[in-house]
Amino acid sequence: MELVRYILRRTILSTFVVVGVTFLVFIVAQVVPSDPAALYAGPRPTAEQIEKARQELNLDAPLAERFVTFAKAMAAGDFGVSYKSRRLIADDLRAYLPATLELAIFSTGLALLIGIPLGVLAAARQGNWPDRLSSLGSIAAVAMPTFFLAMILQLIFAQWLGILPLSGRLSREISIAAPLPMITGFNLIDAVLAGRIEVVGDALKHLILPALTLASYPAGVAMRLTRSAMIEILERRHVTAARALGLSEPRILFGHALPNAMGPALTVIGLSFAYALTGAVLVEIIFAWPGLGRYVSEAILAKDFPVIAAVTMVVTICYVVMNLLIDVAQALVDPRVALS
Amino acid sequence: MPLLEVRNLSVTIPTPEGDVHAVRAINLEIEKGEIHGVIGESGCGKTMTGMTLLGLAPKGARIVADSLHFDGEDLSKNAERLRGRRIGLISQDPAAALNPVLSIARQMDDVLRAHRNMSRQARRAEASSLLAATGLPDPQRVLKSYPHQLSGGMQQRVVIAQALATGADFLIADEPTTALDVSVGAQVLALLRKLVSDRGLTVLMITHDMDVIAEACDRVTVLYAGLSVEVGPVGEILQQPGHPYTQALLAALPDAAPHGARLAAIEGSIPPPRSGIEGCAFAPRCPKAMPVCARQVPPKRLAEAHRWLCHLPASAP
Repeated sequence: MELVRYILRRTILSTFVVVGVTFLVFIVAQVVPSDPAALYAGPRPTAEQIEKARQELNLDAPLAERFVTFAKAMAAGDFGVSYKSRRLIADDLRAYLPATLELAIFSTGLALLIGIPLGVLAAARQGNWPDRLSSLGSIAAVAMPTFFLAMILQLIFAQWLGILPLSGRLSREISIAAPLPMITGFNLIDAVLAGRIEVVGDALKHLILPALTLASYPAGVAMRLTRSAMIEILERRHVTAARALGLSEPRILFGHALPNAMGPALTVIGLSFAYALTGAVLVEIIFAWPGLGRYVSEAILAKDFPVIAAVTMVVTICYVVMNLLIDVAQALVDPRVALS
Repeated sequence: MPLLEVRNLSVTIPTPEGDVHAVRAINLEIEKGEIHGVIGESGCGKTMTGMTLLGLAPKGARIVADSLHFDGEDLSKNAERLRGRRIGLISQDPAAALNPVLSIARQMDDVLRAHRNMSRQARRAEASSLLAATGLPDPQRVLKSYPHQLSGGMQQRVVIAQALATGADFLIADEPTTALDVSVGAQVLALLRKLVSDRGLTVLMITHDMDVIAEACDRVTVLYAGLSVEVGPVGEILQQPGHPYTQALLAALPDAAPHGARLAAIEGSIPPPRSGIEGCAFAPRCPKAMPVCARQVPPKRLAEAHRWLCHLPASAP
């Protein structure tokens, strides 16, 4: 009951965030020193062409009216047309967003699976070699620039060992000779839906290196945070009590102490997921991953405002949903969260 | 043979600033079926003794004893195996002893799963009946709760039920009533007494509260500065304390002072835990101290069923 009320409250707050961002995006577009009509009209437009574009884009209407039109379109998922390519932005997003989400979800999962158990291990063996080793590893993971790590991984696993593909989302034999039907845009899901299990393997192989590259930073941070939280929790009396009750050490670490120590790591993972949505430009470029980061950075350079607005909105919503999920996860792990 | 026999136990914790003598020389003899009180001021080694018996002394602590036996088994080797199977802990502050993020059902179930080979349903039923045995009304509701939803007294009953769930027959109760209201504390003591007689348990009751000793214990060992200085049946010790420290403790009880009079206190403080002790540890604070007390370790005195360490002969009150 408390949990339901808590989720409702968080959802309502989240809606405000989305509305606020819509407003901000619109305002920023008005403030940026560029003439959308001139951009829209194409290269070297005549004054007439610009005027025509201005009317087509309804730029002469009052600000408030245009905001309402803008917000309505956003709510309907109608992101308009790219100034540059004249393509429907919604179509572009349908292609790029699943690729990015696939990568972001996979790398976030990896970060959790690597960072948290290592943090627990390091705390349990505080001061001994597993602690020193994973602490060193986490510093390296956090300090290493992504482009460098990406290239090192490519060198080792693609060039030398030859066990993983260099880049792309699927092997050429599949993407060209026998492409997947695009149902959800998530290769893993589409392959399962199409009943082509061999493609699942291929898609996974392509995911590993970029996901690992993206996961390195959040995994390192999650490890440090889990370690310090666990060290504090392991000093608590209920851990001594659990030992006195004869529970096994793994049970105490993972079943009793870890649920108390998950909070900070979960928060960081949420932030890094948001970062992975658009901040992963370098990783996407190095691994030829057709994702949002590349799409939006090109749009920014071209001042292609509708694309920027659309991506900002979509990312905001993904981020808000992710945060909501993390809030719920934290309330599930610690029932006291729902009370505050 | 006593259930628990501790002879000349010392626990020393090395620190960068020098060794801390948490326990210097403690003797304990606990018979099966008794509630044995251990009383002393903070820092006298009560809790450290309990933790040592559970094999939970801090890492690096040096534990030395002439004898450290539980039911014939050497605790210096087997504490870890006996912990949670035969020896249980009821710890000080029940709110801190329960995991705040796990339901009571989970916490009871984990204990049962670690010690009993039972099906899920059987464990659930057992958890519920153990909670009922500690006098909790509506065990089903308690099982569904989280610690923060229970009162202190209910939490302490859950902690006791957990200790029972392990199947342990020797419980170390470390200040089980300190964190509770006086009336709730009295109920918990009554519950412990009942469990001892119903289930044949033995309890080591660590406390700094003479009232707890008087209310719940059969025999008592008095600790001072990591030493056991007096032991005997509770009635006898309350009436004719042998050691001047025990006498001072009893005189310091508010009930002992006439109404309106200034309450008695023991002047001075316990010897610092890092220093060694020569002669009698209590000598610097003892109103009856003699020159010999500072030089020589006091001899053992006997009167009726109880004994203590003092230079003063037994006859002197």
